[in-house]
Amino acid sequence: MYSSSPIVGTDSCSLAACMSRIGRYFIFLGSLFRNREKLGVYLKLILGECNSIGVGSVFIVALVASFIGAVTCVQTAYNLSNPFVPKNIIALIVRDSTILELAPTITCIVLAGKVGSNIAGELGTMRITEQIDALEVMGINSSSYLILPKVIASMLMFPLLVILAGFLSILGGYIAGVLAGVISPEEYVSGLRYDYKPFGVAFALIKTTAFAFLVSTISAFQGYNVSGGALEVGSASTSAVTNSCIAIVAADFILTQLLLT
Amino acid sequence: MIDIKHIAKTFGDRQVLAGIDGSFQPGQTSLIIGGSGTGKSVLLKCMIGLIKPDEGEVLYDGRNFLTVNEDDQKVIRREMGVLFQGSALFDSKTVLENVRFPLDMLTDHAENDKLDRARECLQRVGLEEAADRMPSEISGGMKKRVGIARAIVLNPKYLFCDEPNSGLDPLTSIKIDQLIKEITDEYKITTVVITHDMNSMMEIGDKIMFLYEGKKLWEGNSATLTQSNVSELNEFIFASKLIRDMQH
Repeated sequence: MYSSSPIVGTDSCSLAACMSRIGRYFIFLGSLFRNREKLGVYLKLILGECNSIGVGSVFIVALVASFIGAVTCVQTAYNLSNPFVPKNIIALIVRDSTILELAPTITCIVLAGKVGSNIAGELGTMRITEQIDALEVMGINSSSYLILPKVIASMLMFPLLVILAGFLSILGGYIAGVLAGVISPEEYVSGLRYDYKPFGVAFALIKTTAFAFLVSTISAFQGYNVSGGALEVGSASTSAVTNSCIAIVAADFILTQLLLT
Repeated sequence: MIDIKHIAKTFGDRQVLAGIDGSFQPGQTSLIIGGSGTGKSVLLKCMIGLIKPDEGEVLYDGRNFLTVNEDDQKVIRREMGVLFQGSALFDSKTVLENVRFPLDMLTDHAENDKLDRARECLQRVGLEEAADRMPSEISGGMKKRVGIARAIVLNPKYLFCDEPNSGLDPLTSIKIDQLIKEITDEYKITTVVITHDMNSMMEIGDKIMFLYEGKKLWEGNSATLTQSNVSELNEFIFASKLIRDMQH
């Protein structure tokens, strides 16, 4: 309930400071689930956040995913110039790289930039304008009230956005490959169907859900603990994005090791 | 009634509050005055539970806010209304939704009752016509009035105002002071105001406490404010040339 001491904006990077920061992050996670409000309060907030996080990110996710699929297809074709390699392998590579890596990871990095900075900026501004203090004074657990809906909405919407990204990436690869003349429509479809392992989709969605949790909580942690003014809010937004990206790639490696080997 | 006993707070090696005692009575507007950095806001935050003091007691009608259990603390919090320095209105909500917010979160009243109460409070501060506007669309003085409406919507027993006049023109400042005074008298609230506005001190200060470097140096009322022999207080209140001239 009491305000925490400032932790954003400090330049200390000693091991003790890093450990202290990680410890504070876990305490912060615990505070999200303590002294919660009524379920009805959260439902309305979660719907609002789903709209903001999900619907608000469709355009950028669709755009990035389509171009990534297109580029993957054309570059794979460029590198597979051996006439003994069937062309449908291009589609297989687009499919697998999209489902296993590009759709979940690149989409979540894009979302870390868009959603993460937004969460940190919003909470940081609420902190410095005493809106969070106003909630605390009313006896409302501000971290739970403000952040839990964002975390839940992110964990619901990121997987949907990744499914959309995967579909558009493969479609982008098809359009680019066919228009560039590097692969025929029949070869592309045949490659997509060849040696398909359904677990790849489950793996992508598991990864995405983990990334969503990391992006939303790390960004919220940065924003919620801002002290100072506009400069610190900007700095918290930047830290939210960079820390989220680092967490995504680290978690990507760990989850790949755990689930695919 | 609010009693504070020996409130002390240190940040790092800097002592911000060095054992403050005081008592604030219902139906009175009590002012805590002092220069910037003397610990006024920290004292207020200790009283409303945003900062935990290192030592001391904060008693709300005999209930020690710092040691009661979480449920009792919630009960006391529901009896508080706070007007923050920057008003602290929620940017994403309209003026009416801001005022209604404590009712939505903390009561089980019927929807119509909540709406009626929120409108009644807005009317009390003279802002019923701004109900559907966003905080970004209203002036600083209007924001303060909305903040007051939100603070009184649950019929608080204790009202805290952190520099209610900051950033306002003199005329609007006087209106805000009058509003705080009227509400205190009307509802017999225990009101504590942090200020360094001379006009507020003279107009609404039923009781005034002067802080200097984390210590309480003087206590009195608006009638005795200018007659003290505490040099730090005199330096503070006669800093303005205009007031010095008036005194002479």
